[in-house]
Amino acid sequence: MIEVGLTHFLVISAALFSFGIYGVVTRKNAVMVLMGVELILNAANINFVAFARYGNFGLNGQIMALFIIILAAAEAAIALAIVLNIYKTFAHVNIDEIDNLKE
Amino acid sequence: MSEILLINLSILILFLPLAGFGVVILFGKRFSKLYLFEQGIITLAFILSVIVAVVKLSSYVNQDILFAFTWIDFGNVPMLGELKIDLGIKLDNLTVIMLFVVNLISMLVHHYSVEYMKGDAKYNRYFAYLGIFTFSMLGIVLTDNILMMYIFWELVGLSSYLLIGFWFEKDSASDAGKKAFIVNRVGDIGMFIGILILFATYQTFSFDAIYEKISMGIIPFDSGAWLTAAGILLFMGAVGKSAQFPLHVWLPDAMEGPTPVSALIHAATMVAAGVYLVARIFVMLTADAMLVIAVVGAFTSFIAASIALTQNDIKKVLAYSTVSQLGYMIMSLGVGAYAFAFFHLVTHAFFKACLFLGSGSVIHAMHHEQDIQKMGGLRRKMPLTYLSFLISTLAISGIPLTSGFLSKDGILAGTLAFGSLTGHWLIPIFGFTVAMMTAFYMFRLVILTFHGEPTDKHKFDHAHESPRLMVYPLVLLAVLSIFIWYTPNPLAPNQGWFLSSWVKTPQTVVPQDLRFEFMQSTETGTGIVHSEMYEHAMHWAHYPAMILSVILAGLGILLAFMMYQWKKISPDKFAEKVKPLYNLSLNKWYIDEIYQSTFINGTLILSNFLAWFDNTIIDGIVNGSATVTRLFSRISGWFDNYVVDGFVNFTAFFSGFIGLSFRRIQTGKVQTYIVFVIFSVLILIILL
Amino acid sequence: MEGFPILSLLTFLPIIGMVVVLALPKKLELGIRYTALVFTGLQVVFAAVLLANYNYAAAGIYEESSFQFIEKFRWIEIPGVSWLGTVKIDYFMGVDGLSVPMILLTAIISFIAVLSSWNISKSVKGYFALFLLLDTGMMGVFVSLDFFLFYVFWELMLLPMYFLIGIWGGPRKEYAAIKFFIYTLFGSVFMLLVMIGLYFSAMEVMPDGSKVFTFNIIAMMDPSNFTVEGILSPFNPNNYRFVAYLALFVGFAIKIPMFPFHTWLPDAHVEAPTAISVILAGVLLKMGTYGILRISYPIFPEITRDLMYYIALFGMINIIYGALCAMAQRDFKKLIAYSSISHMGYVLLGMASLTSTGINGAVLQMFNHGTITAMLFLLVGVLYDRTHTRGLNDFGGLATQLPVYTGFVTVAFFAAIGLPSLSGWVSEALVFIGAFSVESIRTLTMISTLGILLGAGYMLWTLQRIFLGKLNEKWAGLKDLEFREYAMLVPLTVIIILLGIYPSAMLDIMNTSVNTLVDFLAVNVSNSASIGLLN
Repeated sequence: MIEVGLTHFLVISAALFSFGIYGVVTRKNAVMVLMGVELILNAANINFVAFARYGNFGLNGQIMALFIIILAAAEAAIALAIVLNIYKTFAHVNIDEIDNLKE
Repeated sequence: MSEILLINLSILILFLPLAGFGVVILFGKRFSKLYLFEQGIITLAFILSVIVAVVKLSSYVNQDILFAFTWIDFGNVPMLGELKIDLGIKLDNLTVIMLFVVNLISMLVHHYSVEYMKGDAKYNRYFAYLGIFTFSMLGIVLTDNILMMYIFWELVGLSSYLLIGFWFEKDSASDAGKKAFIVNRVGDIGMFIGILILFATYQTFSFDAIYEKISMGIIPFDSGAWLTAAGILLFMGAVGKSAQFPLHVWLPDAMEGPTPVSALIHAATMVAAGVYLVARIFVMLTADAMLVIAVVGAFTSFIAASIALTQNDIKKVLAYSTVSQLGYMIMSLGVGAYAFAFFHLVTHAFFKACLFLGSGSVIHAMHHEQDIQKMGGLRRKMPLTYLSFLISTLAISGIPLTSGFLSKDGILAGTLAFGSLTGHWLIPIFGFTVAMMTAFYMFRLVILTFHGEPTDKHKFDHAHESPRLMVYPLVLLAVLSIFIWYTPNPLAPNQGWFLSSWVKTPQTVVPQDLRFEFMQSTETGTGIVHSEMYEHAMHWAHYPAMILSVILAGLGILLAFMMYQWKKISPDKFAEKVKPLYNLSLNKWYIDEIYQSTFINGTLILSNFLAWFDNTIIDGIVNGSATVTRLFSRISGWFDNYVVDGFVNFTAFFSGFIGLSFRRIQTGKVQTYIVFVIFSVLILIILL
Repeated sequence: MEGFPILSLLTFLPIIGMVVVLALPKKLELGIRYTALVFTGLQVVFAAVLLANYNYAAAGIYEESSFQFIEKFRWIEIPGVSWLGTVKIDYFMGVDGLSVPMILLTAIISFIAVLSSWNISKSVKGYFALFLLLDTGMMGVFVSLDFFLFYVFWELMLLPMYFLIGIWGGPRKEYAAIKFFIYTLFGSVFMLLVMIGLYFSAMEVMPDGSKVFTFNIIAMMDPSNFTVEGILSPFNPNNYRFVAYLALFVGFAIKIPMFPFHTWLPDAHVEAPTAISVILAGVLLKMGTYGILRISYPIFPEITRDLMYYIALFGMINIIYGALCAMAQRDFKKLIAYSSISHMGYVLLGMASLTSTGINGAVLQMFNHGTITAMLFLLVGVLYDRTHTRGLNDFGGLATQLPVYTGFVTVAFFAAIGLPSLSGWVSEALVFIGAFSVESIRTLTMISTLGILLGAGYMLWTLQRIFLGKLNEKWAGLKDLEFREYAMLVPLTVIIILLGIYPSAMLDIMNTSVNTLVDFLAVNVSNSASIGLLN
């Protein structure tokens, strides 16, 4: 039986982070980008909790994770509001085409 | 009569003609009779000068009367001490005789001109000019210093210029005036440098003070050569004014002036000023200087006489004879026969003035015809003119019983003695040759003008004896050309009062080793004028010179009669035989042409070249530097426009370019940025 | 006279005139002319007053106490400018025997020039305003004893001159004006450099005992006023006095004008209106020689002594070269311009002699040339007014038509030729006497005498071409002189004849100063030699 250690958590977290990045970079739909961001944030959560469990940091890691969850919730709320507004304005949420600030 | 009075009188004589000039030139236009004022003034001056001469020669015959005043006072000059320029008057025998001669001839010419110039548009102005001439000439005569002499010397040049060019409407007259002034200036430059040498050495211009210092052994720049140079340079002034070779060319041309003017200025007085100058500086002449003077004089008298042989213009013949006679006087001073030179100056003044006025009378009668080949037979029409002209001709030819014989004989004896003492025999040979030539050409003139048959019948018929006012000067001057006024013995000028008591050769003051051997004295310092050696030589030369000169003059006259009166010898055929010589004489030795092609054209070419040089090169450099500056400014303008400003623009352009190229990266897409961020972080991580 | 600021009055009287002229309405041309005439006339009167009160025995030159009519007060003072110390510039005027003849000349010539400008019709107001400004500049140069003040006046005179030539001149006026202006400015730059160099080398003791740098010309003449390290100080072994002398000399030589800096003169003269030619030849040229005598000579005595041969050489070149160039001219005015160059050569030659007679002759020649050449230009103007041509070959026989005019021309020409009894000769003779007595320049002097011959040549030739011969029928209707022309020609004729017969009238004014100057030069050179300043 393999002992589940820090490494496993970190690998999971890295994979999640990578999926997140991939989602952020490749998706054109703003909602999908937001979902990528959530993945990244949760990858960070896993890291915090893992280090808190295996490291000598006390409860700091769990607390940071709680913060991030709250922050993610707020972020999702605001971002979805923005996306909704974008949709109202442009009738789509394709971020490639929303480049009014360019030039 | 006191000395002060004499001085005052002579100052009065000096300034009277100037007053005449001033009044007539300023108001002559308004009052047509104003010339009478000038006439009166000159007559008064003559009377006064007679008084002065008589008093001086009787009461003060061995005493000089001096008067000087300070003209410029430089105060206490650094390095030199007190420095002043004094001007003044010196009355000695020479002066008063000249005073008399100048005023007499001037007065006669004034009177003569009243008739001669009648009807001229500038009648009054003519007399004004005569006035200023008389003033200047008297100034030369009266002065006691070389600077004042130079001042009046130039003024005489001015009046000569004005009078030669009196009929300036004629180009030949204005040319002649200009030529006279400029040629004289050449000589004057020499004279001026001579004066500078004397002043630089002695800090004074006074003749007497200079001679005193020379006799003390002080010579310019401690070198005998400079003393000789000073003498020769001063003599250059005389070369110009007395028309000596090589500056004689102006005098024949000066005959463009009215004939009475020629008589007064260019025969009797002004041209004699050169001789007077040499007489004044005689005592400071070194042996070398005297030799130069003698040679110049001898050569001039020869060259002028040779030209006079073939001239056909009555005034030209007389002009060349004047040059020749002046050469005689100069030569005479050069050989040391001082007294005879001055004597000849006086006698020549009378007979030459008479000849010129006579020729004026003829020209007047012939309606301004001057060519002697168109005259002839005038003896019958103008007996008085003829007679006076003949007497003067005899005088100039040196025939016994005339004044000319006395003076000329002395000069010839002087040259002969000089030849025997120094071995320069060429000078007496020139002298005697000229005596013969003179007699020939003068009688040629007389015969062609007065003898024979008239060649121009029309003009002859209208000819008549001149008015009385013109004839009386002729007669008076002819009378003065007879021996009796100068000496009781027509063969021995030395016995006369003129040479025995009035005019004596002064003692030379130059250092012994710079004198001719025959002028050296045995006693040091003072010494006698001429050594016994010289007296002896003069005595020995007296009779041979007299006999030889009379024979030669006779031969000349005979030849003239043979050729022109009796026509035994054809002048044309004779001329044909000596064609080159004849042409040389006829063309005045081509001297004018030589000067024209060398000096005058040379100066003109040089001046044109320099004007071109100035305009093109010097100004070209100035304008060139302006152009170069402009070019530089254009280059720097270009540089500023393109390089400096270009750099500024380039900076902006460059940043723009960079911006543009980076803009590509700025896609505005968050995803791109994130990719960059991730890759950058990855690179960082790898590197770390 | 004590305390009466006559020099300031002389200098600024024309400026007052200028203000009056500017205040007058433009249409009142006659009023403007008379205003200019009155003010220049007053200037002549004051110049005469100055002469009447002038003490002939006081020397001036290097001794401040023997200058006369001194006006001296602080003009500009900037205390304690970092390392410069106190900057102090004085308003310092005074006259001695060198300046008085020039003041008289300036006053007389200005007055006569106003008379000759009577017929100017183009923008009369501007013309006379500039003319009066020019007058102030000229007068100021001759009375200033402070280098800074001198320089201000020197430059002040340039500007009106530029406009007077450039606006009222002939066909090529722009070219001539700009040439004159730039050439003179070129010289001024050198002068400015030397002036500043001298300023930083010479210190003057103030009444309170402190020492400050000074522009005082007289203080600069005393070697003991120089600091040890100043670049133009004789005590500094590496000084630049020689270079400075040359630079200053070039600055003045351009004004004289000395060969080869002379080519602005013919152009300026030909294009300038008559009155301006008169001023130019009569006064402006003298500023160059005056500057040399006033500034170069006493401040740099040892270099003057070293260079006297070259000054004489250039004098000789001026004389001969100018005369030969004059001979080749076909324009009356150009001929006289070149004759001016020739005559200024005599001034140089006389100055170079460093003898009393020579420098007396030079200063007298400055005055005489001023009057004679002014007269010549006036005469050209008179003829030009009537015929509108200056070609020497366009005339002929005018003596018949214009006898009185010809008379004046003859006097002026013979004065220029150097006929004794007219003023030009006296000064030339003194110059030659002075120069000949100095062995080193004797040969040059002898060559220079050729100038009298050449002068006679071109002048008489000109006289002949214009006045003698048959009357050119084209000019048969010409009128002889009118009253105004008499008024300007007669005074000059009188001066020319008077100074020819009685030159002491002018020589006595300058003689004491000239003797002092010559003495000062000799003594100072030997002093510097004795303390080992000369090698």
